[in-house]
Amino acid sequence: MILNKLEYRIKNTEYRIMKLDNSKQFLEGSHAVAEIIKLIKPAVVAAYPITPQTHIVEDLAKMKASGEGGFEYINTESEFAAASLLLGASATGVRTYTATCSQGLLLMTEVLFNIAGMRLPVVITCANRAVSAPINIWNDQQDAVTIRDAGWLMLYGETNQEIIDLHLLAYKLAETLRLPVMVNMDGFVLTHTYEPVLMPGQEQINKFLPPYKPAIGTYLDVKNPVTLGSLATPDSYMEIRKQLAQDIYLSSDLIKKYHTDFKKVFGRSIGDNGLVEEYKTKDAEVILVAMGSVCGTIKDAIDEMRERKQKVGLLKIISFRPFADEEVIKHLAKAKYIAVVDKSISLGSEGVLATEIKRAAYNQTKAKIQSFIVGLGGRDVTKEMIEQIIFDIKKDKTNKMHFISCTD
Amino acid sequence: MQKYKNPNQHLIAPGHTACPGCGQLMSARLVLDACGSKTIIANATGCLEVTTTKYPTSSWKVPWVHSLFENPSAVASGILAALKQKGLDKEITVLAQGGDGSTFDIGFGLISGMWERKENILYVCYNTEVYSNTGYQASGATPLDANTTTTPPDKKSMGNAFIRKNMGEIAIAHGCVYVAQTTCGYPADIINKVKKALTFTGPKYLEILTTCIPGWGVENEMAVQMGKLAHKTGIYPVFEYYDDEYHVMKIPGEPLKVDEYLKLHKRFKHLFGNERGKEAIKQIQNIADKNIEKYNLK
Amino acid sequence: MKLKYPLEVNPGTTITNKTGGWRTQKPIVDHEICIGCDVCRKVCPEGVCFPTGEKNSKGRIFYDRDLDFCKGCGLCAKECPVSAIRMENDFK
Repeated sequence: MILNKLEYRIKNTEYRIMKLDNSKQFLEGSHAVAEIIKLIKPAVVAAYPITPQTHIVEDLAKMKASGEGGFEYINTESEFAAASLLLGASATGVRTYTATCSQGLLLMTEVLFNIAGMRLPVVITCANRAVSAPINIWNDQQDAVTIRDAGWLMLYGETNQEIIDLHLLAYKLAETLRLPVMVNMDGFVLTHTYEPVLMPGQEQINKFLPPYKPAIGTYLDVKNPVTLGSLATPDSYMEIRKQLAQDIYLSSDLIKKYHTDFKKVFGRSIGDNGLVEEYKTKDAEVILVAMGSVCGTIKDAIDEMRERKQKVGLLKIISFRPFADEEVIKHLAKAKYIAVVDKSISLGSEGVLATEIKRAAYNQTKAKIQSFIVGLGGRDVTKEMIEQIIFDIKKDKTNKMHFISCTD
Repeated sequence: MQKYKNPNQHLIAPGHTACPGCGQLMSARLVLDACGSKTIIANATGCLEVTTTKYPTSSWKVPWVHSLFENPSAVASGILAALKQKGLDKEITVLAQGGDGSTFDIGFGLISGMWERKENILYVCYNTEVYSNTGYQASGATPLDANTTTTPPDKKSMGNAFIRKNMGEIAIAHGCVYVAQTTCGYPADIINKVKKALTFTGPKYLEILTTCIPGWGVENEMAVQMGKLAHKTGIYPVFEYYDDEYHVMKIPGEPLKVDEYLKLHKRFKHLFGNERGKEAIKQIQNIADKNIEKYNLK
Repeated sequence: MKLKYPLEVNPGTTITNKTGGWRTQKPIVDHEICIGCDVCRKVCPEGVCFPTGEKNSKGRIFYDRDLDFCKGCGLCAKECPVSAIRMENDFK
């Protein structure tokens, strides 16, 4: 968090690994992801380049080339192929990984739905980026929210430490629930930012996340031949889809449970419980709700506003899918104003998270809930903008969506 | 009661819902039996998939996975990568298969990627020359002038306006270690070619022209006959390519004229009994003659 | 995690679906003419033509077919090199 301002430019790669003390390392976000993936030991890594995900797969390629990484590393001809390849590998009963974002994620869409429907525990990192047109390589969160209905668990990290930790949680959840998990990290803001992080040791990781051993008869194996991906007619499709919907919805409880385990093993938490993190909400009149790295800026703004006796708080959403209604409402119920800050928009409606909060809050609060769009296509989000949001939600008599810091 | 008990000896079990006389199911069974039980299959969406895997049943006796229409090749790559990590890649055959829609059209790019990676995978295309499963629409493998539901002949149309893509040559250009074409007219040849293919390590492509009874508009018992005629007219060359050389199945005797083949299909019915049709048949004969010359089929 | 509706399907289980009901004609094999050449076994799309294990008077193992699954396409009859199979109407 403190280093959010250092975020941009440490271009000289010699500084890539700078020991801060005995335990913390100073790592670029992408490199930190590659390091944790190496330790998680997937059997198969598929790669296809797209900015700003590239450093992750490049680092994994280096690890493979040096012999440090024991995984199969396969360069594919598209994200669609990368996802399909992981589907095949996962169906054969091994741990898999890739990273992508934006156009790449959208190109994968059909496969993503398929992976979830087939209950394959694939984990991917999404280096969140804007979606074309106009073409734009910078950060917002339009890509991942667009595939929110695919059946993936979707976790969002605020800092690179959280991103590391979420990958561990992701594999744990994926392999227990037989569901795919996407870890979302803001492109550039996190992927290209150097932050001090604690990289867990192999022993700790093995304790939390033992090697992946799927149950016999659930994967492709000539000794136990099964058919996967069969045709479901109207007789069976609905039951299978309901089962998927319920398993995802109920996974909130498992996230909490594994988060407790995580805390025991690693001695730190991911937000309050792996689902959300509340920041100064207890007496707050206005609560902002947001996901990802923008929460760092919001916390800074809140600290300053609190000094001026403004009762403002933040609810950070870590798990967007499943959406933990109860956990969310618990913190929001007493506020007068709920300002939902989205780095994405459902065109023709409003901010995607805003709609989600309104749904979860239905009949649970009398607060005014309003949608604020910030930072599309990599526009900086500043503390001043956060203050603007607080000002706007109180002043505006309507409930219309606001674009913050948009000239027109 | 039946006197003799069916030993149910094949790796595709009966009870599937393919059309009576289906050339694809017949060919797929021959392919899989030739591959043997230590095979893992990645299957594209299509007739072969929907007719054999109605939940919760399956005709397949080997590990089998279906993901999407366009990706059996990449799924197979993933299977192979996983097997490598398990140390099983030398003893298990990875077979990717799909129809012509999957192979020639929607899955084309992913097949190219698989071949480029030189992976030890056998890809089999069951070429019915039409999107059979969706109701006989034209694909990149549909022959010139064929009547399909998306290329209906009429006053301003003679049917499909394009000459089919040559996937075999495209496979050769990719440096596949073994490329072959055959038809469901030659069951023994299908078995031999699969077995031959599996003696090579690397990317292998086998295309089998398989009669689609309703798509072609032929009688139920005609699958084998049509496969033979496609070869004997030169319309569909039967060959193998390996070690930089073609090995061709010669046409026995003098090649038959293409109308011998065309007249049996409802999909070419509009070419007969009119002047425009005559011209069209000439053009198709020209294609067959070129094949005969190019592949030295005589 | 065990799923109530498992997505893995057991191998070879379509045999519960007896497709013989589709048939309007059935193949009749003349065991005496059959030369056991294996052509019908190769071409049968259902994979239900098979050697019976029994020999005819010429000492050849003859073939038969499984009417539980035979859809009556007639391929075996058409391709039999010695015309040992004929199709006849199948009134059920």
